[in-house]
Amino acid sequence: MREITYRQALNEALAEELERDPNVFLMGEEVAEYHGAYKVSQGLLERFGPKRIIDTPISENGFAGLGVGAAMVGLRPIIEFMTFSFSFVAFDQVVNNAPNMFTMSGGQFNIPITFRGPNGPAHQLGATHSHATEPLYANVPGLKICTPATPRDAKGLLKTAVRDNNPVLVLEAELLYSSKGIVEPLGEELLIPLGQAEVKREGSDVSIICYSQTVPLALAAAVQLEEENISSEIVDLRSIKPLDEKAIFDSVAKTHRVVIVEQDRPFCGVGAEVCYRIQKDIFDELDAPIIRVSQEDVPTAYNERLEKAVLPSADKLIAAVKKVCYA
Amino acid sequence: MQRPEQRDEVEMLALMLLIRRFEERASQQYQAQKIGGFCHLYIGQEAVVTGAVAAVRDDDYIITAYRDHAHALARGTSADACMAELFGKETGCSRGLGGSMHFFDKKNHMYGGHAIVGAHVPLAAGMAFASKYRGEDRVTLCFFGDGAINQGAFHEALNLIALYKLPVVLICENNLFAMGTSVKRSTSLKQIVDRAEGYDIPGEIVDGMNFREVRDKLAEIVDSIRKDPHPAFVEIRTYRYRGHSMSDPASYRTKEELEKYRLDDPITRLRAQLTREGKLTNERFDQIDKKAKETALAAVKFAEKSPEPPLGKLYDYTYADGTEP
Repeated sequence: MREITYRQALNEALAEELERDPNVFLMGEEVAEYHGAYKVSQGLLERFGPKRIIDTPISENGFAGLGVGAAMVGLRPIIEFMTFSFSFVAFDQVVNNAPNMFTMSGGQFNIPITFRGPNGPAHQLGATHSHATEPLYANVPGLKICTPATPRDAKGLLKTAVRDNNPVLVLEAELLYSSKGIVEPLGEELLIPLGQAEVKREGSDVSIICYSQTVPLALAAAVQLEEENISSEIVDLRSIKPLDEKAIFDSVAKTHRVVIVEQDRPFCGVGAEVCYRIQKDIFDELDAPIIRVSQEDVPTAYNERLEKAVLPSADKLIAAVKKVCYA
Repeated sequence: MQRPEQRDEVEMLALMLLIRRFEERASQQYQAQKIGGFCHLYIGQEAVVTGAVAAVRDDDYIITAYRDHAHALARGTSADACMAELFGKETGCSRGLGGSMHFFDKKNHMYGGHAIVGAHVPLAAGMAFASKYRGEDRVTLCFFGDGAINQGAFHEALNLIALYKLPVVLICENNLFAMGTSVKRSTSLKQIVDRAEGYDIPGEIVDGMNFREVRDKLAEIVDSIRKDPHPAFVEIRTYRYRGHSMSDPASYRTKEELEKYRLDDPITRLRAQLTREGKLTNERFDQIDKKAKETALAAVKFAEKSPEPPLGKLYDYTYADGTEP
């Protein structure tokens, strides 16, 4: 087994899919000559040429729509947003054109497109650049959404997304590009299905449901909680839509206590949906009310101390876990 | 593949008549509440799409906005499938899931039917991008109204189309009004075609009430694009006789203005040209018109007796692989 970065894992996924299928191309701001704002597309221009690795002007609505049109006639575009905070400029294409086409055409036009890029709050980028877009897009039927937290998941989910026949959003973790993890050797096909959560750590006292940037946070909290004799099971959703209800329910049936730690805002956030499904279907399994740890419901502050107060943290999570465990 | 010059002008006149009679029936059925939602009629503009399809091959891509019934009919979608779509029936060209503003017909290379103003111009860029990517000589015809030219999506798409030299003909169907707002009140330019100049795209003005002018101008443009992929822009000046949609009495314009355009009717004009040249008799015209009326009426009957899309299939057309959220 080898250890690579999250960035490198995404780069391998792109290269392997470009190599496998000539209909796949990568388009976005600075993806070619600059090698990507976060260097995810390093070396791809040299390897695949300007026909398939395409720089665009700063024009998200335009190139996102171009991708949808190309997908209508059978290409498999990978559209990079420099950050998903910029995808709002292309919102109409992502929300109205990509996912509606299959329905509106009575099944004649599916849109095999991948929108990818960093998502979620990073470090002191201010309100415009710190959006966690997953609950906004999860409200749209026809989209699939995955949120890899490890290099292995990043590679396996991105490759699956490119092969999917629907529009898929790969929401990468802005703070995790340089994080490292074990990934299968090159040459070994790694595909991780959309809609499958993974238990990242087994435990018996509480289920901590997390995804993307809150996964390392939850794992760190679990180590501290262990010292206080609280055993946490860490369930990484990996995909927001489709949502792996079974994995969530299995863990809750085991621990009977739940904390959801999410990187988005609380109002109509991902945790609200997870919470609803648990109480609807397995209410009797619960020994305590569910607690959600999320961002505060304010635009993300620039000031470091205030930003920290806005974002979910290991401390906030530990406090929530103790509360559901009545510890 | 059929070459433009092989398309018989009498057949093209018949197509214009079919479009008009179809739209008249749609209007009647809308008033009878058989058709729901919004319904935008093409009456008066028939020479634009008819001239355009006469200038291209059957496998060239066509995409348009929400005033789209005529574009499907012109591409060869049956009147039955079009009317059934308006009725929301399973036999409709979008299985009753799209409605008036979202006609699609993949087999006939009709790529919609798009109802967010300007939002389909980037899609046209993508379709043309795909043609160029594959090294095909297909041309994409992208129709839009005068209301679209002030949208951001339009401008972003034009820049990309010009930058990547994509084989698109941008066809502005200038019917002088974006809903109830005249071009004069919406657009800073004296003439719409000047928008193209800002992106270094060659542009021309075409008389949209003249079938032959539309066809010949577009044929010339399309031929040059096939030889060397590049974009072109045409402002086709036309007029809609009806309101923006069925609910619009069009009180923002005068009767005199409407009458002026009616006297320049595209069907009357092509009929007169063909008659003068000895290619069409009054009897033949009456036959063609009778057939168009019969086809439109038969389409209503077909739509009426067609089944609704089954409730059990509600989730079948959300994900291409049947995924459940």
